[in-house]
Amino acid sequence: MRVWWRRAFMGLVALYLLLPIVVIAGVSLNAKKVLFFPPQGVSLRWYEEFFTSSDWSAPAVRSLIVAVLAGLIAVSIALPLAYAVWRWGTRWARAVMLLGLAPFALPPVVTALGALVLWIVLRSFGQPYSVVLSHGVFLVTLPLATITLGFASLNREVVEAAVTMGATPGTVARTVVWPNLRPYVLAGYIFAFVLSLNEYIIAYMTVGFTFETLPVKIFNSLRYGYSPVMAAISLLFFLVATALFAVVGRVGDLPRLLGAEARSD
Amino acid sequence: MTPDGASSRRGVGPNLLLAWPALALFVLFVGPLVVILAVSLFRRVQSAFFEPAVVLDNYARALEPFYLERLWVTVAIASGAALVCLVIGLPFTYLLARLPRRRQVKYLVLVLASLSLSEVIVAFSWSLMLSRTSGASNALVWLGLLPSPQAWSPGLAAVLLALVFIALPLTVLTFYPPVSRLNPELVEAAATLGASPLRAFMTVVVPVLRRAVAGGLALVFIFVLGAYVIPQSLGRPAQWTLPVQITDQAILKSNLPLAAALAVVLLAAGAAVSIAILAFGLKRQRSEA
Amino acid sequence: MQRRPQATSEGSARALAVRGVSKAFGGTVALDDVNLELPGGKLICFLGPSGCGKTTLLRTIAGLETPSSGSVFLGDEDLTALPAHQRNIGMVFQSFALFPHLNVVENVAYGLRIRGVPKAERTARAQELLELVRLPDMGARGVSQLSGGQRQRVAMARALALDPSLFLLDEPLSALDAKLRSAMQVELRRLQRELGITTIIVTHDQEEALTMADLVVVMGAGRVQQVGAPLDIYRQPVNRFVADFIGTNNLLPATVTGPSEVSVLGVRLPATVRPGAGGSVWLSIRPEDVVLHPQAPAGVALQGRVTFVRDLGRLVESYVRVGDMELTVVTGHGVREGAEVWLELPPGKAVVLTT
Repeated sequence: MRVWWRRAFMGLVALYLLLPIVVIAGVSLNAKKVLFFPPQGVSLRWYEEFFTSSDWSAPAVRSLIVAVLAGLIAVSIALPLAYAVWRWGTRWARAVMLLGLAPFALPPVVTALGALVLWIVLRSFGQPYSVVLSHGVFLVTLPLATITLGFASLNREVVEAAVTMGATPGTVARTVVWPNLRPYVLAGYIFAFVLSLNEYIIAYMTVGFTFETLPVKIFNSLRYGYSPVMAAISLLFFLVATALFAVVGRVGDLPRLLGAEARSD
Repeated sequence: MTPDGASSRRGVGPNLLLAWPALALFVLFVGPLVVILAVSLFRRVQSAFFEPAVVLDNYARALEPFYLERLWVTVAIASGAALVCLVIGLPFTYLLARLPRRRQVKYLVLVLASLSLSEVIVAFSWSLMLSRTSGASNALVWLGLLPSPQAWSPGLAAVLLALVFIALPLTVLTFYPPVSRLNPELVEAAATLGASPLRAFMTVVVPVLRRAVAGGLALVFIFVLGAYVIPQSLGRPAQWTLPVQITDQAILKSNLPLAAALAVVLLAAGAAVSIAILAFGLKRQRSEA
Repeated sequence: MQRRPQATSEGSARALAVRGVSKAFGGTVALDDVNLELPGGKLICFLGPSGCGKTTLLRTIAGLETPSSGSVFLGDEDLTALPAHQRNIGMVFQSFALFPHLNVVENVAYGLRIRGVPKAERTARAQELLELVRLPDMGARGVSQLSGGQRQRVAMARALALDPSLFLLDEPLSALDAKLRSAMQVELRRLQRELGITTIIVTHDQEEALTMADLVVVMGAGRVQQVGAPLDIYRQPVNRFVADFIGTNNLLPATVTGPSEVSVLGVRLPATVRPGAGGSVWLSIRPEDVVLHPQAPAGVALQGRVTFVRDLGRLVESYVRVGDMELTVVTGHGVREGAEVWLELPPGKAVVLTT
């Protein structure tokens, strides 16, 4: 009896999480150009339009570029920082670490406004690189958390054993640390990438009018003329993200990457 | 002993490595906050963005009844959404962490993939689900539970439903590490001492995880506090939170100083509530038995 | 401290019966048709190597695992369908599992609190139990301030607080260092005798089991291999597994050549052969029962050469090569390596094993 309740509860929550995507899928497959759900007739024309019309593919490409670069920046900040804290743990390192964990703890609208005024002051308002950098810093927290977990999961004794066998810090980093760290770095990058891809408010405030990314375009479209193409795109992005995470789950130990202890079951 | 075997042979290593992170974080994280503070004291100008000055006009406006009411609504909605996330998210994560690994992965992938839905799409999708013409109410009418279809969006329910939706993955991911590391024998011990599963959860799991729960709750609260898209598109003007006003002032009304002042007020309120939550989580255990 | 009688009309502890219990985890079989009738009021040890199923069996009795088939009875009461929190058992876990957010007295009183006992009463009872486990002044301490041995005793006090019908302990002494372990073995024994509660201890340490237990259940590969008093298990193992697992043993392949005779390496030795046993068997004899003669004795003996002598202070172990086998023999001092010796295997001490 108790098992039934638990399963029902978890199933309900899973259903809650799935509902929007089911709706989106339905809208994207609707043959008619109406944002109706359930769909009336099935068609893939919206997916076609996404790939053929530059109206939509251009913002999508812009989002991808920003996401790829912002993810790299986020990891480029997170990795040396986490390494410095793990290896030396100086007060300075820990202070910067706190700074790195903070961005996600700000109300998102404040982060966006801050980015806006900063770039104005730096006379770079509207430049494409402004959103890349702002995303890169805003999204540092997730890679930082996962990479720190990665370092924490390293068995210090293995490192010490390597050292006693004569390995220099560089060799230790290359042969012992990096192979174990790789999945965590990859997971962190994917987090930052996916979140940047779908981020709205910062992109809107910084480059909303000059370098329109996909979420911005979708939001604008919702107000004025809309098209089920955005549902098609969203479903595509959702599937890509699911595929990425599923691969990580298959190849790596997803529970462990997210903070569980290593177990043998 | 540091991991490289040396006792404190640091040299220039750490500072060199920290240079880029420190620079990036200072300029692009601390910088914006400083500029917001500064701009909140500036004067609004028609021709340019703003004019450097030190005036308190913006704060005077930001603390007018209208905006204070907006602040109150914002904090109330955010608190409500955060609490719902806690009540749903903590048991969910707890049950999740006890599943065999393979089943866990399925749920985790779902949770992570939900993160990949843009707030815009979430708002769109929920507005559709709650609309009168093609929303869920039609299903209830068909089942005979409602006389006629209702429009539940825009409205408070819609805002809360959608806010909980976007914050739930974050809740689960924040609770997951401490919950999954909890010694399972603690709950088993409680069971052998006569506690039903629910009782064991309330008297052992939650108190033991108190700190983690407080931290997660504070994080989710702040996250929801600063949400823009969902209150704006799923809420009626009564539910338009402070972020909606901030964005409004910043972009549509080009009044950056006021927007900045409002942002500072929001930050202060958010910080105050978070500190209260954390203080509760960190307070010394008094005798509970 | 007032000794509380077990809650039965007879005034004695009820017997525990495990009937046909099997448990599989996915593809692995942890318990394979386990049948036990255990008397009440005794200290029982489940003994076996890791992976033998002893902990699974204990957890099944506790209600923390549901058997795939079979049932668990306490007296007349069928426990099988009852969840753990409705069985009246007290359990001490390997990690002790003390609640970190409660202090010592609150930990011990936890079960009473769940039952709704008012605070004053449960604090008094908790204090009683702390005195029973000889930790009277530790009540206000936090769990993290306790040593390993103290934690264990708090865990025991907590488990006993509700007057359980069964007292179950999962490897309770494995986390303690050797000296403390010996002291705790005596403590547990004393406690059990004083309370008269049916106690089951899971352990992989045979010395522990043989020292403490009234009854030992030897398990291997998910099955019960042998049940008996420690001395019986030691002297009369029923199969090779038990003979090999308990203490050091010499296991010699042999053939039955007569109603009370076996042949080892071609030498016919008198032995106690059970009626019905025949063909290839194993002869099991303890090192301390083998008699070493420097010259050929009058009776039948195996000839061999000493390969290694280990002086352990208290006793001397000599390794003697006989044919292609090596036997371990406890001898006095003065045995020299390389010496030729004769080993006598008294028939009363050697056990013939068919499995």
